[in-house]
Amino acid sequence: MINPMTKKPNKNKVEQGTNEEAPAIHVAPSPHISDSVFTTRKMMVDVLIALLPLVFMSIYIFEFYAVKQLVICLASCLGAEALFVKIRHKSFTLTDFSAVVTAIILALSLPGTAPWYVGVIASVVAISIGKIIFGGLGMNIFNPAMVGRAFVMISFASVMGAAAYTDAGAVVDAITQATPMDAFKQTGVTGSISHLFWGLTNGSLGETSAIAALIGGLYLCIRRTASWEIPAGIFTAVFLIAGAADVSGAFSGHLVLHHLFGGALLFGAFFIATDPVTSPLTSKGKFIFGIGTGLFIMLFRLFSGYPEGVMFAVLLMNAVTPLINRWTIPRPLGEV
Amino acid sequence: MGLLGFKNFPGKGSFPHGIHPPDHKTLSAGSAIEVIPPPAKVVLPLLQNIGAPCEPVVKPKQEVAFGELIGIGKAFVSASLHAPISGKIQKIGVTTLPNGRHLPAIFIKADENQMSGQALWDEVLGGDWPKDCPGAHNPETISKAINDAGVVGLGGAAFPTHVKIMPDDKKIINTLMINGCECEPYLTPDYRLMVEAPGAIVTGALLAGRTVAAKEIVVCVEDNKPEAIEKLREAARDTVIKIAVLKTKYPQGSEKQLIKAVLNLEVPLGGLPGDVGVAMSNVGTIAAVARGVIKGKPLTHRVISVTGAGVVNPKNILTPIGISLGEVIEFCGGLTRDAARMIAGGPMMGFAFSDLNTPVTKGTSGVTVLTHEDVRKDEETSCVRCGRCVDACPMKLVPTRLAMAARYEKVSLAETYNIMACFECGCCTYVCPANIKLVQLIRIGKAQIAASRKK
Ligand code: SF4
Ligand code: SF4
Repeated sequence: MINPMTKKPNKNKVEQGTNEEAPAIHVAPSPHISDSVFTTRKMMVDVLIALLPLVFMSIYIFEFYAVKQLVICLASCLGAEALFVKIRHKSFTLTDFSAVVTAIILALSLPGTAPWYVGVIASVVAISIGKIIFGGLGMNIFNPAMVGRAFVMISFASVMGAAAYTDAGAVVDAITQATPMDAFKQTGVTGSISHLFWGLTNGSLGETSAIAALIGGLYLCIRRTASWEIPAGIFTAVFLIAGAADVSGAFSGHLVLHHLFGGALLFGAFFIATDPVTSPLTSKGKFIFGIGTGLFIMLFRLFSGYPEGVMFAVLLMNAVTPLINRWTIPRPLGEV
Repeated sequence: MGLLGFKNFPGKGSFPHGIHPPDHKTLSAGSAIEVIPPPAKVVLPLLQNIGAPCEPVVKPKQEVAFGELIGIGKAFVSASLHAPISGKIQKIGVTTLPNGRHLPAIFIKADENQMSGQALWDEVLGGDWPKDCPGAHNPETISKAINDAGVVGLGGAAFPTHVKIMPDDKKIINTLMINGCECEPYLTPDYRLMVEAPGAIVTGALLAGRTVAAKEIVVCVEDNKPEAIEKLREAARDTVIKIAVLKTKYPQGSEKQLIKAVLNLEVPLGGLPGDVGVAMSNVGTIAAVARGVIKGKPLTHRVISVTGAGVVNPKNILTPIGISLGEVIEFCGGLTRDAARMIAGGPMMGFAFSDLNTPVTKGTSGVTVLTHEDVRKDEETSCVRCGRCVDACPMKLVPTRLAMAARYEKVSLAETYNIMACFECGCCTYVCPANIKLVQLIRIGKAQIAASRKK
């Protein structure tokens, strides 16, 4: 810190009769101002705000199941973050809220019926393998929440599979039914679109209510915290493929709107695929990423044994992101 | 004021990407240019321009008159230097500029008989500026007069003007662009000049247009300066000069961005405006050209803004080159108690300085003093690859890649990503949510490349 006033007293200050210390002048390289509205932390807080409608709907529909899963994931993610950060002697990173975001997205992507240890293991895996191993926030290639979820999905197939969502004896209505995506896969039964829209169906905690995901998602896009190109790409792909499937009649009854409002599509498009760290840098890259994600989602939904494909689609596209980045290096102004 | 003035140009009135920082121009935009009382001494670095320094032609103790030649620019890309006050040469010493360069400089001590106030204003910018003059001057004499007057780009780059504004049979100039965008936040000297001395700008533009045989002359102004636009339109009535009203966006006033916005042409990477048939000069520069040619007077004074929340009374002032930045700040009431950073230039591309003895040079467009509140920055965190820097970069580069390549010293990667095309406008750092000092890293990266080329 250099104080020039010691070299040259500022008369004006003396005249004003202030005995306060002269101003402390710093030098620093340009630019000297920054957009204080957007900081990583504020972006994370924005995501949390946008998640509120989903959290609210999940608690409304799944009651205790949702609360339990949210609490478990939050405690485990934050605990894991604290622990790993300590082991690696890095400064504490909880303040950037990214672990909170991971925890809530993870909890909302799990079935309410999943036993407690599923949430704990998924959280620990999400933070450790999903994030810390790569070097922390910003260095990871795969979406941490999806890494955690994929891990438990594969390891605990019995408590995570489609059938596990249903518990006929449960006190909460929604859980007594099969998930709409599974019902269609198994029996060809299509649910009511209005149920999908409001979310009064079974499914992972955060995926059932289309309206809640839309409200939160639009908020994120309008605030430009999430890049609109990604959901736009996903919707374009899903719309085209579901539309084609619809027209071809091969998957009769399951309409475009079922695909758009059903399962984790909106939740995934707005909250999971838009994770900036694991998606491309440029607008064009983001749109391609969205198209790719939508394409894989539909491939999984229509042709795989799984009723849902958002998670694997996102993870697959995460892996392709470095490639997309390389293909979409913008052409500098003036380059021929 | 919309883009109504923008019908007859091929460009879109704007360029891709860029940012919209709060401009804070109201701090000083309303205050008419004041003439600062003559200083007791001036310090004139021998190098105030891009290119070679000038050579002193005076000795210590020698008396010099106002406007007398004291340093001669012998090299082609160089500019002569003149005494902005009358007085006695004290010494040829050394001074330090905000960019950190130590330079030899001529120190002049003022004598009693100084021109000041209204007389000085009339001398420098006042009076009539003929619009029918160009015919009376031929291109060679105009170019020579510019050279003799020691005019350099006053917009900040300080490139010797006679090199740009000269007759050249090989280089065809289609458009002469006069840059009055002034996109840097805070600064208003060009704005005030356009409002208060539009005649000098029009005359200078006509002279320069004749010199380079330009097919059209366009004065470019951002749409946040309606009064300047009106005054210029009035002054340019019945001339060939067109006024282009552009969208307010940073960095609209940057050469390549402005050419893209008005003419929809892209200056090749590493190239100059001349490569696409454009010559460009800032409004202040072109007024100095008019003065040099019509009145035969050298560049001794310029208009600067002293502004920012850290200055007690922000103002625009007509000041001699060589006055200390401390004096101009004092003339504007001094620093406020919460002043935190003094910048020569604007907050996006200016240099911070701490030594109040630093002189105003030909390229100093103002002093911006920011407060602690203005410069507060959160701690740097990891890049979250959000791509905001990519969306902001007016050169369409990938700043995060450039910065990381520099941080990990990957020279060839930095070159693949065209690090040299970065002109350090600061947009990327401005938007980065992780507060990464991208421009600073990119500067380091450029230095690495320069070093590796030397090997
Ligand atoms: S703006 Fe900052 S955080 Fe975002 S990609 Fe660029 S460097 Fe990374
Ligand atoms: S400083 Fe360089 S990299 Fe950053 S936005 Fe400006 S031109 Fe692009």
